[in-house]
Amino acid sequence: MSETARPSPRVASALPNRSGVGLKPEHIDEILRDRPALGFFEIHAENYMGAGGPPHRRLEAIRALYPLSLHGVGLSIGSPKPLDRDHLGRLAALARRYQPGLFSEHLAWSSHDEGFLNDLLPLPYTQETLATVCDHVDQVQEALARPMLLENPSTYVIFEESTITETDFIRDIARRTGCGLLLDVSNVLVSATNHGFDPGAYLDAFPLDHVGEIHLAGFAEAEDDAGHRVLIDAHDSPVRDRVWDLYRQVIARRGSAPTLVEWDNDVPEWSVLLGEARRAEGTMADAASMSKEGAHRHAV
Amino acid sequence: MPFSQTIKTFASALGDPTHPPPAGTIGREGAPDVRRFAVYRNNIAVSLIAALEARYPVTRRLVGEAFFRAMARAFAARNKPRSAVMLCYGVDFPDFVSRFEPARDLAYLPDVARLENAWVEAYHSAEEEPLALAALAAFDPAALGDSRLAFHPAARLLRSEHPAASIWAGHQGEGPARPPQDWRAEETLVTRPDADVKVRILPLGGYSFACALQGGATLAEAHAAMDVDGFDPGAHLVGLIEAGAISRLKI
Repeated sequence: MSETARPSPRVASALPNRSGVGLKPEHIDEILRDRPALGFFEIHAENYMGAGGPPHRRLEAIRALYPLSLHGVGLSIGSPKPLDRDHLGRLAALARRYQPGLFSEHLAWSSHDEGFLNDLLPLPYTQETLATVCDHVDQVQEALARPMLLENPSTYVIFEESTITETDFIRDIARRTGCGLLLDVSNVLVSATNHGFDPGAYLDAFPLDHVGEIHLAGFAEAEDDAGHRVLIDAHDSPVRDRVWDLYRQVIARRGSAPTLVEWDNDVPEWSVLLGEARRAEGTMADAASMSKEGAHRHAV
Repeated sequence: MPFSQTIKTFASALGDPTHPPPAGTIGREGAPDVRRFAVYRNNIAVSLIAALEARYPVTRRLVGEAFFRAMARAFAARNKPRSAVMLCYGVDFPDFVSRFEPARDLAYLPDVARLENAWVEAYHSAEEEPLALAALAAFDPAALGDSRLAFHPAARLLRSEHPAASIWAGHQGEGPARPPQDWRAEETLVTRPDADVKVRILPLGGYSFACALQGGATLAEAHAAMDVDGFDPGAHLVGLIEAGAISRLKI
């Protein structure tokens, strides 16, 4: 890998503009046997922080066949506390070993004095928190010697003290740190529903030219104290039609992008997950042929 | 409010289910919302319980799902993961089980959980080529007594007053559980010489002998410390090597 030029955010993702899925241990034998055509696999970095054993053996076999996306769920970038240097070191070691096409993490926090809380928790958006998050993103990019992608969160509460919109906050981080963005379209719908804003308007305000990867996932539903519908980012079911619609809009505007279908709980048969990935690829192909037709009509 | 204070308040409210949601965290009505904040508390509790269920499947089967969840919930409420590496979460769950009052009658339960934890640790341990039995032939038998053993990173030794390993083995797979044939103390060796974790019950004295060797004793010293009639150190050494528990002999 060349060290000479720092890649621009546009190419912070070295994955193909195709679909991929989250790698689940229960699917690996079938994948290695059938070797389905897929753009990439994504792993949760923390699941591969053991010293050795079958997880690494299987991942090496997968990596020999497919590009890999390294997705962190434990760095706590959105915390006021300093980043855990040991954890950063473990991430850098994984990145050196598996040479992923990209590394992504969340705009969220997950560690505090009590320990690691194993959830992606929300933060207020202010000038103070912006400076902290930018600092943390800089440290990650320095430790990994590459630009990272930062993912927009799904939230159930917001902070009264926030003075900056989420899209402006994210845009400023990308501008100040040079990081790319991971646009989780399901998170947009989840947060839009939970806080009563228009997901289309959010996408209009989102800096799509910095997006290096897209996530799609299923969600669960509940209600809040006032009886408002609350969507929960559960990754436990198929991608909903409303999310596919939003995805289509994003692709039509931005063009194809590496797109991940996340399904982490109640994991289905391999064929079901593969079907979801195929659907994402079909959406990208439709958008590409429509834009070609459009260009052709222009030419005529 | 300073950033650090906002997050500190949020974190302490998460830790105490009787605590109201923090002022300043709002839902669509512009006010703190108990059910919204509970989503975060629930996500944390459910994910920690799921991690324990995955690490301790036989313990769970022995007490049933509802009992296990209650026990896991009680553990998770007091024991947050120390790092984001969830592969290490629940290492101290067996000790918690041994002190968990409602499980007091199941004296074997903590030892079954200890075996499950050893299994997971062996599964994730570093790769290393174990010593082949054939390599033993290259050593001068006269010098063997002064040699020490380097244990394989996956090797784990356990001792139970109960047939913990037989109970564990009888609860593998989908079929009906097989109870242990004899209710007696068991000494167990867990190894992972290659891809698969192996669990084997050691012959009498095997645990003390192997622990002495793991602690740095020479073969002769470990043998001298044994208090078992007709103890055959050669047979035990061969057993440890065959199981893949040894990386090197250090003359």
